[in-house]
Amino acid sequence: MTAEPGRALRDPGPPAGDGSVPAIHLDGVRFGFQIDGRQTEVIAGLDLEIAPRSIVALVGPNGCGKSTLLRVIAGLLPARSGTVEVEGRPVTGPDPRVGLVFQEPRLLPWRSAFANVAFPLEVAGRDRGARERRVTDLLGLVGLRDWSRARPAELSGGMRQRVAIARALALEPAVLLLDEPFSALDSLTRERFNVELLRLWERIGATIVLVTHSIAEAVFLADRVLVLSPRPAQLVADVAVDLPRPRRPGDLDAAAVTRTAAEIRAHLEGATDDAFAVATGDVPAHAQPDEVIS
Amino acid sequence: MIRRDRVVPPLLALAAFLAGWQLLVFVGGYATFILPGPLVVGERFVVAWTDGTMAPHAITTLAEIGFGFIGGAPAGMLTGYVMARSRLVNRVLSPYLVAAQAVPILALAPLIALWFGSGLFAHSVIVALIVFFPVVISTLVAVRGVDRRLLEMARSYRVTRGQRLRMVELPAALPGILGGLRIGVTLAVVGAIVAEWTGGETGLGVLINLARYSFKTPLMFAALLTIALIGVALYSVVLLVERRYAIPAA
Repeated sequence: MTAEPGRALRDPGPPAGDGSVPAIHLDGVRFGFQIDGRQTEVIAGLDLEIAPRSIVALVGPNGCGKSTLLRVIAGLLPARSGTVEVEGRPVTGPDPRVGLVFQEPRLLPWRSAFANVAFPLEVAGRDRGARERRVTDLLGLVGLRDWSRARPAELSGGMRQRVAIARALALEPAVLLLDEPFSALDSLTRERFNVELLRLWERIGATIVLVTHSIAEAVFLADRVLVLSPRPAQLVADVAVDLPRPRRPGDLDAAAVTRTAAEIRAHLEGATDDAFAVATGDVPAHAQPDEVIS
Repeated sequence: MIRRDRVVPPLLALAAFLAGWQLLVFVGGYATFILPGPLVVGERFVVAWTDGTMAPHAITTLAEIGFGFIGGAPAGMLTGYVMARSRLVNRVLSPYLVAAQAVPILALAPLIALWFGSGLFAHSVIVALIVFFPVVISTLVAVRGVDRRLLEMARSYRVTRGQRLRMVELPAALPGILGGLRIGVTLAVVGAIVAEWTGGETGLGVLINLARYSFKTPLMFAALLTIALIGVALYSVVLLVERRYAIPAA
């Protein structure tokens, strides 16, 4: 396997949705874990196809399993049944084809920004020269070339998250998963970061799946917004965002944005009402009364 | 210079202590073999170092501390790490570790003298044992305390066990481990002296005993001063390593 370490950009592949192999394919994916010896289902049978080079936003009520779903796609958690495929090949464990950006930057505090971005390359055994070229490219890509020697403690929250994104891109993943990556940032910074993310996406040509709580953010960024139900997560709605690219905050068709956002909100509210019913009962409707008490 | 702020107050305290000590001896009129004044002790200290009385003893004690530390600290780190990462090993070892810690290692000194004699090796064994436990505990706690989110991040890049240890766990746990080494190094000094009391030809503990039996109290004090200086020096070395390598989690 010969990596082309000098190039930050993937060669431009086919445009989104041309019927080629999907970037991500979930087939009947279930996931659950044990709580006090009881099997709890988190993801209930999810089928999904995500086109290459598209951006998909996952929205859904708190704790519905969005982050879990990202971990399953990233191979950090094994699906209990069903298959996860990236570019037509199954994901069986942590996978270099998938880059995951966590909600927090999760940088190694004793390493400089440069060395943090180099971490995946070191782990993968790339030699020093290749690492240095690649990391320099990546830091330039996220606008932190001048900060390469700074420790995470010396960086702002936004800069740290940019380092984390650069790190996730180090191994040139085909799929970039973002778990509420900007949720810790103030709203103005966050807006700017979303614009930057789109610019980044245009350059790297990866498929992006991001979890967000903001409908506006989902509409602004995504080609498709997937609305998930409360736990166990199921697909409630698959809303196409019909806005032209490249998107800039100023020149979006306000009516189209509002319409799409309203549609997502309606699905989400339907889902969240269910969540409320489940949360208050926490037991299926057909359960015996004494089960409720115990 | 900024360092003056750090150096001046302890020096003033030392001067006050020495003055008080000298005053006590002067006013109380104690015999030199009961309580020598600081001037007498200082003089004896200089003489002992210049006439070659002190050096061989100090070298022996330092060697015991050194060998004991080299033996005990890595073993403690290894044990602590394995206990932190293996539930089975932890279950098997932790009751015995607690029991062993409840028994003062120094009480084992006569036993070790019985088995290994009273030479450099036996004394180093005692030092190693005394260093071992605080290092085990601090390593165990530090490795367990490594941020799980960082471990998950590392796992997402498919780190091997060795990479995880070298690139994540060790640097993350280093401040805690060095804290254990700091405790260990001071205990090592105590261990070496007490080990020497159980028998031996040379060593500062031996020197103290010799001085005591011949009522050379100033020499005893001079030996004590040497021990204190060794302790401070070793502690400072660990502290320097800590400053240099241990970056606390932000």
